[in-house]
Amino acid sequence: MNPETKPAPRWDFRAATRQSLRNESLAKALFRATAKFDDGRRALMAALPESDLLREKARQIKDDVLQHLDRYLAQFADSVEKAGGVVHWARTADDANALVASIARERNVKRIVKAKTMVSEETHLNEALEREGFCVMETDLGEYILQVAGDRPSHIVVPAVHRTKEEIAELFNTSFGVSLPPEPAEITKFARARLREEFANADMGITGANFAAADTGTVIQVTNEGNGRLCATWPPVQVVFMGIEKIIPRLEDLPVFLKLLARSATGQPMTVYTNLITGPRREGEGDGPRELHVILIDNGRTAVLSSEYRQTLRCIRCGACLNTCPVYRNVGGHTYGSVYPGPIGSVLSPLYEGRIRFNALPHASSLCGACYQACPMKINIPHMLTAMRAEQAERGDNHVLERLGMRLWALAMRSSLLYRFGGTALRWGMLPLSSEGWVSSLPYPFSGWTKRRDFPLPAKKSFRGSFEE
Amino acid sequence: MRVSLFITCLADLFHPEIGLAMVTILRKHGVELVFPRGQTCCGQPAFNTGNWAEARSVAARMLDVFESSEYVVSPSASCTAMIREGFPRLFVNDEALHARSEALASRSFEFIEFLGKVLNIKSADARFDGRLTYHYTCHQRALGMTTEAEDLVKSLQGVTYIPLEGKERCCGFGGAFSIKMPDLSGHLANDKAERIIETGAEAVVVNDTGCIMNISGALKRRGVPVKVIHLARILSGEVTAP
Repeated sequence: MNPETKPAPRWDFRAATRQSLRNESLAKALFRATAKFDDGRRALMAALPESDLLREKARQIKDDVLQHLDRYLAQFADSVEKAGGVVHWARTADDANALVASIARERNVKRIVKAKTMVSEETHLNEALEREGFCVMETDLGEYILQVAGDRPSHIVVPAVHRTKEEIAELFNTSFGVSLPPEPAEITKFARARLREEFANADMGITGANFAAADTGTVIQVTNEGNGRLCATWPPVQVVFMGIEKIIPRLEDLPVFLKLLARSATGQPMTVYTNLITGPRREGEGDGPRELHVILIDNGRTAVLSSEYRQTLRCIRCGACLNTCPVYRNVGGHTYGSVYPGPIGSVLSPLYEGRIRFNALPHASSLCGACYQACPMKINIPHMLTAMRAEQAERGDNHVLERLGMRLWALAMRSSLLYRFGGTALRWGMLPLSSEGWVSSLPYPFSGWTKRRDFPLPAKKSFRGSFEE
Repeated sequence: MRVSLFITCLADLFHPEIGLAMVTILRKHGVELVFPRGQTCCGQPAFNTGNWAEARSVAARMLDVFESSEYVVSPSASCTAMIREGFPRLFVNDEALHARSEALASRSFEFIEFLGKVLNIKSADARFDGRLTYHYTCHQRALGMTTEAEDLVKSLQGVTYIPLEGKERCCGFGGAFSIKMPDLSGHLANDKAERIIETGAEAVVVNDTGCIMNISGALKRRGVPVKVIHLARILSGEVTAP
């Protein structure tokens, strides 16, 4: 399935933005959560004297993995098989979904429990499995809420961040005929009891992987709710659904990433649960799945690997760039219309879900650089965004007025005479619209500026007119 | 020491007083100044919208204009960042121009950065009698600047410094962003204006012309008389009170 050949309507980010900016309950929920995570991240990273060294080390390790991904993937697959697991390779999203479905069918699976995995959002695994008649239950509390609501995640780490506790209580009360107060503890207790049943009755558990060590075949998964561990140990069959970029060379590299991940994601020194899974249940062991399947998913990653966007494959999906982004904090994840929102999503979505469909997202940034500063993997997101804008302009995927305007502008900027003339013309053109040095209504295409603020009139005398040698 | 002033198009046309304040300060420190008359714009509007062919043509001209300069100093972290990061990226496939842009990058400084790094000025020899707050403009990040400007603000004589909540949060200007995403940009500008008003300060220091236009435009629309000032104007003695 090639997203480039499938005509899908372009996502109108601007229109979505206008709608989101009007949603006050969204603003409230978003601001509280993102501020908490962002402040927490800053405080913990500042308190960690080696944080810069760790980021650099993590970057180096991941770059080495990406440089030799073929070798590390082969090593990882060998290690998994040595540990008793089965490895499957999926080129596309459909391949990946079909593999899970066929594993499930062959084992007569009916009920599937699922821990949070972003790549399964990317492949739309739930819909694919449900079409095949399987019952799929999300077990991460946030994902569970969204599943009950028929909603989509709006954040990489905290999928239901756009919903207030009042809305969630009301959702459960209407959906299940209960009367829960808008208290997180009460809501969680209720969901926990329901989910416990799902775990007990599940025939298969699907988890993601935060990291996967090539030398030992260990799959590492971090969670805060323990649902991931239950998915990985209780049902008789476990499927690890993971992108091929999740590899780390050695299990001993793990601490570098663990120290960065939770701090960057939620402002915690460590997540509550860190699961290291090496193979299925062995002879004489009391728990763990009878079978362990690892699905290694490409879905466009090798194309990115050989592109100028390779560094985006370093991403560990911590969401720090979302929490710190002034755009994301104000409009939320759904405004991006894609699986991956926020600054990193503005690069990933065009790459994985279609450059044309999501051609607005690379412009969904003021290029303030807060994301780059926050990124534990040192992904230069502003550079990725401008590279993508350049790519768009090159193939003519920008507004005709902008193309024309930029040509005229460049013409003027290449001549100090034309530049001076332009400056004077600007002042004289704006003068009739102004009052006391300010313009409160500019014509199209600049009218957007004056919708919410005034625009200054150019000075009477420019610097070059005033400077004396 | 000879400094070539890169005043930037926005400061040249909208806020010449910032450039003049820089002139006062640099001359006071015995710096010889030149203003290469051929200069126009760094090319950022084209660069940020992805129109790199146009950006390249403007940037190549900038390389000529500042070819023989010892230092290039601008009142804008944004335009300096364009030179430092943008130019080498634009000319990645042209060895000669790339080398020239790397060379220009290494002698380009934002004004406050230049004061600290080259002239070793870490505290202000100026006064401001009033309540003052400070907004950290985003492109300082790209230059690796942290608290240099804020430290200078705090060291002003007579000042009552009030920290701004979320001072590092973007004001929403973003150049072309303010035109392409006007609702979002305007929302961020107004959020910034609200935080500034909350401090009760009579003036806010903002050291980049685009951000000054954006923030002062939002404050103006609200009819709030908080002044938006580039630090150079206080350091030069031009502005001593709100």
